[in-house]
Amino acid sequence: MTTAPSPPPYRSLELRTPHGPLVPVRDPDAVELTGPVFGVTDVTALDSDLTRQHTGEPIGERITVTGQVTDRQGRPVRNQLVELWQTNAAGRYAHRRDQHPAPLDPNFTGCGRCLTDDNGTYAFTTIRPGAYAWRNHDNAWRPAHLHFSFFGTAFTQRLVTQMYFPGDPLLALDPVLHSVTDEADRARLVAAYDHDLSVPEWSLGYRWDVVLDGPSATVFEGEGGVR
Amino acid sequence: MPTTGGPDIAPLAHPDTITLHGYVYDGAGAPVHDALLEIWQPGPDGSRAGAPGSLRRDPVTGRAAGRDGVTFTGFGRVPTDADGHWAIRTLPPGGAPYLSVALFARGLLNHLRTRAYLRDDPDDALLTTLDASRRATLLAQAGPHRTYRFDIRLQGDGETVFLEFA
Repeated sequence: MTTAPSPPPYRSLELRTPHGPLVPVRDPDAVELTGPVFGVTDVTALDSDLTRQHTGEPIGERITVTGQVTDRQGRPVRNQLVELWQTNAAGRYAHRRDQHPAPLDPNFTGCGRCLTDDNGTYAFTTIRPGAYAWRNHDNAWRPAHLHFSFFGTAFTQRLVTQMYFPGDPLLALDPVLHSVTDEADRARLVAAYDHDLSVPEWSLGYRWDVVLDGPSATVFEGEGGVR
Repeated sequence: MPTTGGPDIAPLAHPDTITLHGYVYDGAGAPVHDALLEIWQPGPDGSRAGAPGSLRRDPVTGRAAGRDGVTFTGFGRVPTDADGHWAIRTLPPGGAPYLSVALFARGLLNHLRTRAYLRDDPDDALLTTLDASRRATLLAQAGPHRTYRFDIRLQGDGETVFLEFA
């Protein structure tokens, strides 16, 4: 995905990125080093299967997505909230501000969540999202992607990122993906098709593991991680 | 991904409830209408353990149900309106003069973290490192009806102080 021409700049960055440096917090008693917590009252089986949240079945290619969430030492992050949001199969968000003229799916909202198990594993069943036009530049199409949020174990560990699908020709043209400047880091945002995760006559399986890289995403040498 | 009841952190009808609200502006002073704010804070007793139950679902319909109206979870989530405005109802934090804020919006590759101080504190470890104008960006202004206004400017004049946790 590095052979295509450089993608155009990501326009929304221009007026929204602070000019001042981030101010380091050294207060050892900082509130941000704790919680929040989420439990079984926050998540039900309906939350992790986005194909069951309405009375009818959503349209599209059914997929299962799973992976392990670990911290920078490789320890599983247990019982943590993972949230997912995405477009429907036609590339439209179920949101009134999305005016892209692709059809809405009455049986698909595109929001899900789950808690990681004792191995730090999350799992979702959903519909493969579509590419959509987003007006960043002429003929701008975002590659199909899933938005993910991982809460970690403290407010400062919160991580929000996007998972992409392997082999998508739009990956090389996407300013959002290329705002991550390191090629290896970009590659970690692309899931792997895993035939063992495919469910016969039901869904195609993808694996995407995530490393929570700690507060402010400080990168140390030899350390893998999605930032 | 806003949630039902996300802005209502305080238990229903709690007499000490305050409203914290404000606008989010970009570098041109235009309101940011697609932002999402998350709040994390100690309980009124200073407890930082929080509680589950910020995101409950109705067990019958499966729809988002919000909080149970009794438990203080310490966590809130609120989107900005079309005019960039947001508001949460919560209890004043105990043991710390501020609420932690995370801000998400399109164009922010990493979300931004800041603090909304409900009162100035001459001994606060963060505030003492800032000059007066930068410090002012973290102070919410008390208003009528137990309200506090906390505007966030992403860029330019009066740019809010954003934090990193090393």
